[in-house]
Amino acid sequence: MTVPLLEVRDLRVRFPTEDGVVKAVDGVSFSIEPGETLGVVGESGSGKSVSFLTIMGLTRSRTAIIEGEVLFKGEDLLRMTNDDIQEVRGSQISMIFQDPMTSLHPFYRVGVQISESIRTHQKVSKQEGMEQAVEMLHRVGIPRPEERARQYPHEFSGGMRQRAMIAMALSLNPDLLIADEPTTALDVTVQAQILDLLARLKQEFNAAIVIITHDLGVVAEHCDQIQVMYAGKIVESGNRHDVYYDSHHPYTWGLLSSIPRMDEAAVGERLKPIKGLPPSLIFLPPGCAFHPRCPHRFDRCEREVPALIPSDGHHASACHLSLADKERIFKEQVMARS
Amino acid sequence: MGRYLIRRTLFLILVLFIVSVITFVVFVKLPAQDPAIRAAGRSPTPELIATIRAKFGLDRPLYVQFGRFARGIVPWPGVFLDEQVYFSYTNHVAVKEEIYSRVPVTATLALGAAVLWLAIGIPIGIVSAIKPRSIFDRGGMVFALIGVSAPVFWLGLLALYVFWYKLQWLPGSGIPPEENMIQAVMAGRFILPWFVLALSFAAFYSRMVRGNLIETMSEDYIRTARAKGISENRVIFKHGLRAALTPVVTMLGLDIGILLGGAVITETVFNLPGLGQYAVRSLLNSDFPAIMGVTIFAAFFICVANLFVDVAYAFLDPRVRYS
Repeated sequence: MTVPLLEVRDLRVRFPTEDGVVKAVDGVSFSIEPGETLGVVGESGSGKSVSFLTIMGLTRSRTAIIEGEVLFKGEDLLRMTNDDIQEVRGSQISMIFQDPMTSLHPFYRVGVQISESIRTHQKVSKQEGMEQAVEMLHRVGIPRPEERARQYPHEFSGGMRQRAMIAMALSLNPDLLIADEPTTALDVTVQAQILDLLARLKQEFNAAIVIITHDLGVVAEHCDQIQVMYAGKIVESGNRHDVYYDSHHPYTWGLLSSIPRMDEAAVGERLKPIKGLPPSLIFLPPGCAFHPRCPHRFDRCEREVPALIPSDGHHASACHLSLADKERIFKEQVMARS
Repeated sequence: MGRYLIRRTLFLILVLFIVSVITFVVFVKLPAQDPAIRAAGRSPTPELIATIRAKFGLDRPLYVQFGRFARGIVPWPGVFLDEQVYFSYTNHVAVKEEIYSRVPVTATLALGAAVLWLAIGIPIGIVSAIKPRSIFDRGGMVFALIGVSAPVFWLGLLALYVFWYKLQWLPGSGIPPEENMIQAVMAGRFILPWFVLALSFAAFYSRMVRGNLIETMSEDYIRTARAKGISENRVIFKHGLRAALTPVVTMLGLDIGILLGGAVITETVFNLPGLGQYAVRSLLNSDFPAIMGVTIFAAFFICVANLFVDVAYAFLDPRVRYS
């Protein structure tokens, strides 16, 4: 068995606020193998971004209470000194963000910003840094990279800025790239380009990639493993086939049913959203956090928190329904539609 | 850029025109007493008053009177503050000459104070922003409140009382006429005025820097900078301050522009022969050519400072371009 690149054990992140303690991440465990692509899916506030910002040591609040272990190549990132984690950040784990419009510094040239990333971790001259930056811009498919490197972010379109962010993130050939909603702020046509680019670069750079998204459609094509998060917990995880064609959690069913369809059979059919709203992370419902919105709940769901239990080697779900029931309901109600 | 500058210069003339109209109406037409009578001295004869009226053109229609002044607002050598019209009748010196001899004093005061308030305000602002709600931040807040609340005239007199009268560490008010600016600075005559003038600005700037920096540090591009793995100091001082200090430059340009038109209270308290003192004296004497001159000159400085700030902004912020 290979050593996982990243192993997260029982990660908990809580933010004390005036209204109470927000349980943003509530006991999350998973691992990423080298070169793997993991998709993390969930609504806003499901804890998916916070989990990975915490892994990077970028949680904004000074008062956040963080527990658990984040082992990167066997070393716990949460217990590293600032200097050591700075060494890892950007060079071994890098991150791109949702909004490329605001993620680049408006006052510095794009090439300089990429070069800064390189020069932070490698002893190269300004000129070499700039040359490498131009090369990276070229590799992410930006035309006329020499010229573009001398421009400011406001002279780039949204898609081009995201490419520049990717160039910056990959400039040091990291082992893990975390993409936090990389396409959410972009036009649909550009979204596909960026995802294809990520898939291609993953091969070229041999990096593991995490794609955080609220859109199951985004992860469908590009991810090996998928985990679905709800209210700070992982509710289902498995490979692409498990989650799309053999899903075991009512929340995932809801997500699958709410993907709009354009085929003949769907003409005149209304979108099926998941009823209700995500719960307050301060006052979580007792038992399964999803039970107030779940059409298949029974009395046990209101009392007992379901554990994430594997039904076979790779496919796990956190739901009290029996495996037989899950398979039956999925076939009858979800698959039948699509 | 060229067209932009031309447009702004024309705009500057328009502003000076409006300022001169208002000043003319307020100080030349509204006063109850005929300026000519004031100018005539203690025992005016009707003939003398008539002569003066003729000399100042006060017997002419209003638009002719104003027209004489209006020519002087064009910022061009020989025309600007024309000596024939802008001529003080209290001490019989051309307004321009008086202003030019006073500019160095006011400039020394304003620029020195600006250096001081930046040197005090920016570091306090940075420390307060990096450690919000800490003892430094609270101390900075107290400093800011005192600095903003303490009136300059009170502070100035207090400083003179303590450091000149009691401790005798620093020279008192005024500059002997035989000293030039460099000698006056070397003699320490500007130290108290600089500190007193700088204090309220330093307080204001420290709060502004704090606010800007706190806001900048929550921007997405700061998170990107941190994600690159660069040190926190570099994140703050390179990425954070670069964006947080740009608005400070705007403010600084405007404040210096305003002060160059005369730091009225500070100059009065410390008896410095600057533009502010001249403005006060002209007002007290109803010396209307001098009032017109000094007002237009101050307005000119403020407009130029504005223009300078806008142009500087195009260099500081790559997103700003003028056409």
